[in-house]
Amino acid sequence: MDAHIQIQNLNAYYDNIQALMDINIEIPRKQITVIMGPSGCGKTTLLKTFNRFLELTDGTKITGEVLVDGHNIYDRDVDVTEVRKCIGLLAQRPFPLPMSIYENVAYGMHIHQMKNNRDEYRAAVKHYLEVAGLYDEVKHRLMSPATSLSLGQQQRLCLARGLAVEPEIILGDEPTSALDPISSQNIEKRLLDLKQDYTIVIVTHTLRQAKRLADYVIYMYMGEVAEAGPAKEVFNNPRHERTRAYLEGHI
Amino acid sequence: MKKYWHRRHIVEAIIKGLMLVSFIIVAGSLGLILWTVVSRGLPALTWSMVTQTPKGGFYLGKEGGILNAIIGSLYLAGGGTLIALIFSLPIALYLKTYISDSKWGGYVRLSLDVLWGIPSIVYGAFGFTLMLSLGLRASLLGGIIALALLEIPIMTRAMDEVIRRMPVDLEQAALALGSTRLEVAARVVTRQMLPGIVTAILLAFGRGIGDAAAVLFTSGFTDRIPVSLMQPAASLPLAVFFQLGMPYPEVQKRAYASALVLTIIVLAISLGSRWLAGRLSKYVMK
Amino acid sequence: MSKQEIPVSLNKKEGRDVRPSLASRRRQDQATGRTFFVITVLPIVLVVVITIALAMRFWPILKEYSLWELVSGAVWKPGQGKFGFWPFISGTFWVTIVGVVLAVPPCILTSLYLSEYAHNSTREVMKPLLDLLAAIPSVVYGVWGVIAIVPLVESTLKPFFAKYLGFIPFFVSKNPTGYGILSGGIVLAVMIAPFIIAVTYEVLVTVSQGLREASLAIGATQWQTIRAIVIPQTLPGIIASVVLGATRALGETMAVLMVVGNVPQVPKSIFDTAYPLPALIANNYGEMMSIPLYDAALLGAAFMLLVVILIFNISSTLVLQRMLVRRPR
Repeated sequence: MDAHIQIQNLNAYYDNIQALMDINIEIPRKQITVIMGPSGCGKTTLLKTFNRFLELTDGTKITGEVLVDGHNIYDRDVDVTEVRKCIGLLAQRPFPLPMSIYENVAYGMHIHQMKNNRDEYRAAVKHYLEVAGLYDEVKHRLMSPATSLSLGQQQRLCLARGLAVEPEIILGDEPTSALDPISSQNIEKRLLDLKQDYTIVIVTHTLRQAKRLADYVIYMYMGEVAEAGPAKEVFNNPRHERTRAYLEGHI
Repeated sequence: MKKYWHRRHIVEAIIKGLMLVSFIIVAGSLGLILWTVVSRGLPALTWSMVTQTPKGGFYLGKEGGILNAIIGSLYLAGGGTLIALIFSLPIALYLKTYISDSKWGGYVRLSLDVLWGIPSIVYGAFGFTLMLSLGLRASLLGGIIALALLEIPIMTRAMDEVIRRMPVDLEQAALALGSTRLEVAARVVTRQMLPGIVTAILLAFGRGIGDAAAVLFTSGFTDRIPVSLMQPAASLPLAVFFQLGMPYPEVQKRAYASALVLTIIVLAISLGSRWLAGRLSKYVMK
Repeated sequence: MSKQEIPVSLNKKEGRDVRPSLASRRRQDQATGRTFFVITVLPIVLVVVITIALAMRFWPILKEYSLWELVSGAVWKPGQGKFGFWPFISGTFWVTIVGVVLAVPPCILTSLYLSEYAHNSTREVMKPLLDLLAAIPSVVYGVWGVIAIVPLVESTLKPFFAKYLGFIPFFVSKNPTGYGILSGGIVLAVMIAPFIIAVTYEVLVTVSQGLREASLAIGATQWQTIRAIVIPQTLPGIIASVVLGATRALGETMAVLMVVGNVPQVPKSIFDTAYPLPALIANNYGEMMSIPLYDAALLGAAFMLLVVILIFNISSTLVLQRMLVRRPR
């Protein structure tokens, strides 16, 4: 497999409670990987180790390595803001920044000083809003506050905002769980388009969504990876008892 | 992804440095203040200092101690806190029980916040006008009234903060069992909120005993221990204020000793109330 | 089927139910409710009463001199009937502004540190520390000011400023001692610091963590996140907390009184002495009744102080209440 991310001997602790136990997996490049499992199995924790968000919580400890194209993102001399520029996150609930629609998308680019003049910024904002499938709906009111958008539109805005910093990897923490079915569908469609250019890793608790989106599946149980493999194999021929039980419980 | 020192990293580092300096300034100030008070006050703190009243007049007398101020302060703050409690607890309970989310509740809370922000010198001046119209002279009673006025907003606000946080289900369970709202307030809320209530009382007492401006006008000063409410009373803050600037070292010593005793009392209350709240939490449901 | 007799009351004594009946409990509830209501209206009444009482005491002098004459007059000789409040009013503002200016940057930075960067353990240490600082009585701050700050100003700061910044009149004074506005300002700054820090912190934590994470997730540093999101969201609250801190400084009496010099002149430099309104009232209450109109003047000073504080207090409290309720943690 052409692995974009390699996780080796990863353990994670909240204070002294172990949440991830000896994880060794790989994430394939330019495919959609879905992490599934019952509540509390550690899927969001695992996701948060990819963009170094876990360390934002007090008292967490991480051992092991997360290699992106061979570089360990937890190395001492790695800049965590560069890591997060390269690995974007679409959160469970959309959090539009308290600015206009235009400024939301431009925010990341300003932070990293990615463009040289007004025109470049404007063109980039237009481009990413199109990629997120939002441009047509907002093109006449780019300067109005982002909070005036509907929930589904806000999530697409967050997607555009994240894409604007040109990441290689997109993470999603149950990105459609707060949205209505039509908006969810919209986001799913975007992700399927985006996988041509980006590596995507999503956590979901809906088996149906997993089946719609996944090229590669990681099934977790109680902090461990119970099974990992191409979607077709895991869904049709799960090798482990637990996976089978989980899949069957959701029919 | 190697670390390059972009501008944003430099700015972040500078800001963090400034924050650390600020932190040190704030924490260091406390240390400096305590050091000053202890280094001057400790040598002055002898047994006779604490157990005798000043001899030969508090301004000029070279003998005796600060017992007048210690007892006076305890009387003043004790009385003021007691009276404040009589008003504060009902107000806080009423706020919670009857008008917590209503317009009236908003007005009362706003008034309490406003009263809380009024400086003690205004309370002193008001107390003074009150005494003038009632024909009272500078006395223990006057000081107690002024301190009570000062402490009521402090105590009520602190209690209100705690009582508001009471878990609703506890209250609803009691109501569901058929209690009237008053009974719920008196029995359930008070017990549950006991640590918070005690903390509020101690907080107000600490504030009251340390205050000078309110008692300046109203309680007078004397080198005797008052035996009736109508006599003037000395207090530790005023003992410091009046005696610090005197040219006689013995008088100054009394000032430093008073400052130290006052600081010890106040710190003991501040730290002690935390500890006490922790102990009393045994009776509280989490 | 016959109904079983359920023993309803074990409290029957000679046939009479001893438990208080529902009706009497209801009555008690209502009566106490009414009493408590009266008690609760007290705070509102008290604010009004205090304001009116002091205004009434102020009135006699307003009959003799206009408010403008009193407020702008620069001569204070009560024995001759000259009541010019301007030196005291400007002195009050000088000390308060110096205190606030010195306090605000470290306090905001400390609050930001506590809410955005610090670990829980650091916060646990700071809380008691700030409580202790807030609990220290005014006179003790005064003692510290006299022993530690006044000499510092006199021997170190004044010469330093005179040497390097002496061309700016703001920094130079004929006052030979360290007693003055700067000393008062420094002491005030430390006194209002715990308050500003605590209130600002409460305001800062109302910003939801999800919003911060949205910024961090695209690679912003914490400071960039603070600048772009946390501060804009909380700016009204931060300003309100600073204004509240300033009102506390306005009313601070004893500590300032002990270090500020108490000479009734209009200050022109931070090293000049000043005579703030609270100090005026505190120093002279003893002679209040002996000179005509002196009591009206001093209580009038208290009234003016009260009015200014009320205005700032009410407006900032309203802003803060709205901010702290709107976005609960």
